[in-house]
Amino acid sequence: MDYHILREFADSWAMLALFAMFIGIVFWAFRPGSRKTHEDTANIPFRHDDKPACQGGGCQDGRCHDDGATL
Amino acid sequence: MWDYFKLIALGLVAVLAAIAANYARDLAYMVNAIEVMLAAAIAFIWVLRTMGSASAPQNEYFDDVVRAGVIATAFWGVVGFLVAVIIAFQLAYPALNFEWAQGYLNFGKLRPLHTSAVIFAFGGNALIASSFYVVQRTSAARLFGGGLGWFVFWGYNLFIVLAATGYILGATQSKEYAEPEWYVDLWLTIVWVFYLVAFLGTIIKRKEPHIYVANWFYLSFIVTIAMLHIVNNLAIPVSIFGSKSVQVFAGVQDAMTQWWYGHNAVGFFLTSGFLGMMYYFVPKQAERPVYSYKLSIVHFWALIFLYIWAGPHHLHYTALPDWASTLGMVMSVILWMPSWGGMINGLMTLSGAWDKLRTDPVIRMMVVSIGFYGMSTFEGPMMSIKAVNSLSHYTDWTIGHVHSGALGWNGMITFGALYFLVPRLWARERLYSNTLVSWHFWLATIGIVLYASSMWVTGIMEGLMWREVDSQGFLVNAFADTVAAKHPMYVVRALGGVLYLVGSVIMAYNLWATVAKQPRVAAASVAAVPAE
Repeated sequence: MDYHILREFADSWAMLALFAMFIGIVFWAFRPGSRKTHEDTANIPFRHDDKPACQGGGCQDGRCHDDGATL
Repeated sequence: MWDYFKLIALGLVAVLAAIAANYARDLAYMVNAIEVMLAAAIAFIWVLRTMGSASAPQNEYFDDVVRAGVIATAFWGVVGFLVAVIIAFQLAYPALNFEWAQGYLNFGKLRPLHTSAVIFAFGGNALIASSFYVVQRTSAARLFGGGLGWFVFWGYNLFIVLAATGYILGATQSKEYAEPEWYVDLWLTIVWVFYLVAFLGTIIKRKEPHIYVANWFYLSFIVTIAMLHIVNNLAIPVSIFGSKSVQVFAGVQDAMTQWWYGHNAVGFFLTSGFLGMMYYFVPKQAERPVYSYKLSIVHFWALIFLYIWAGPHHLHYTALPDWASTLGMVMSVILWMPSWGGMINGLMTLSGAWDKLRTDPVIRMMVVSIGFYGMSTFEGPMMSIKAVNSLSHYTDWTIGHVHSGALGWNGMITFGALYFLVPRLWARERLYSNTLVSWHFWLATIGIVLYASSMWVTGIMEGLMWREVDSQGFLVNAFADTVAAKHPMYVVRALGGVLYLVGSVIMAYNLWATVAKQPRVAAASVAAVPAE
């Protein structure tokens, strides 16, 4: 494992893997049906300004898009 | 039970620090050891006095630490800008390197104090405070780890005090932006690990199904800074009771490691972390979601994949192999694309709400900061091109570039975030005065313009003077000639700094008055404690 082996690995397989990963991420971001998810995610900052979401049993699916009806 | 462990640990630290101060081999180490001793003693008393008090309720956000962070940010900002103005005048008028303060307050000692104060103290506190605020809101969960946030806040600020006093007394490992010596580095590593735990823990217990993009940027900042900090600070102390240490790397490897660190400090501290701020505070202040969430995902990953390669452009025409410096140049130019993608995403968030620019000085500040982000991320790739770099490197152009990024992008987005945070954190209806925000805005903007343009002029001028040869092939100008020619521009730069400093003082007053001179808003937004 000297420098040259690492270097050869870095500019062949490692580069290819990173590049493929990046392309994969871009395709994943633009996958069909992602629009709804992204709209929902983009609105996260406008939901829980004053206090955390309900704890424990109040929210079964982990989502808590309540309008203040927590606790 | 846990409190007893804390008391034992703090007591041990205080005693060991006292022993270390006694055996200290140099003044900087001794003073730092005394500081650690005092900090441990104060923490000991604090833990003792608060023992057994009820733990904080889980249905509220942990905002005390954010409030402390906001105060620290404003304080260190003013301090950092003040030191900046002093050293700018020292460069213009060397007589200000007073004889009586020689070895302590001359330019060489104050310069790292300035850079660390603005980047790590002002910027770092802004990042920690805003990340704690944002991660709680976007995870809909209280900050993880009970009082861990306090440890991170006070631990980080202790790091800053240790570093700053160390610089003045001569403890430095002479690596730009990584000056603190080995024991201060070790302390920061501990603090940083707990910062990661607090941040990641909050994300893990989030109540939202998705991790909001701002948290991705904050997380990449925390993780990458940890990696950079550890690798670049690999050093062996000469004595466990002395501040001096010896670097593990040498020669060009050391240089490359340093600028791999240095440029990624720009990339992940000053860019990624502050983009996290942009992706939360700009949508909040504009009251509309980010322009394109898809673009934000592509922006994030492109930035992460590319930035890490750009470091070698700091070492063009040095002992660094040609291929490495070409790689750095190419990656820097490609980096232009994600940078501008992010800029467009930030700016276009205002589409349909551009009228707010006229009425809301806070959003104006944020927009100008994104504008400066765009300008400096265009200028940077351009300067990384070898042909341009042969003119710009080692000149004041670089200084101008850094400051249009730091004052314009980092400074302005932080001011915007502070103006956003203070009324909310202290439950005040609005800021004390929007007129004062406008004054701050214009003073800061004009200050930056004076700074950047004077540095362009003096940078290109000295670059051209250095390379000027006569018909016989002899250099025309001595170094002292360029120094003399730069004087007027140095005065203009210092005046730009004065404007920026005055603006920040106005901000500090405005924020103080927001809290002190305005009534608290009742009920509604202040979380009501439920009867159980």
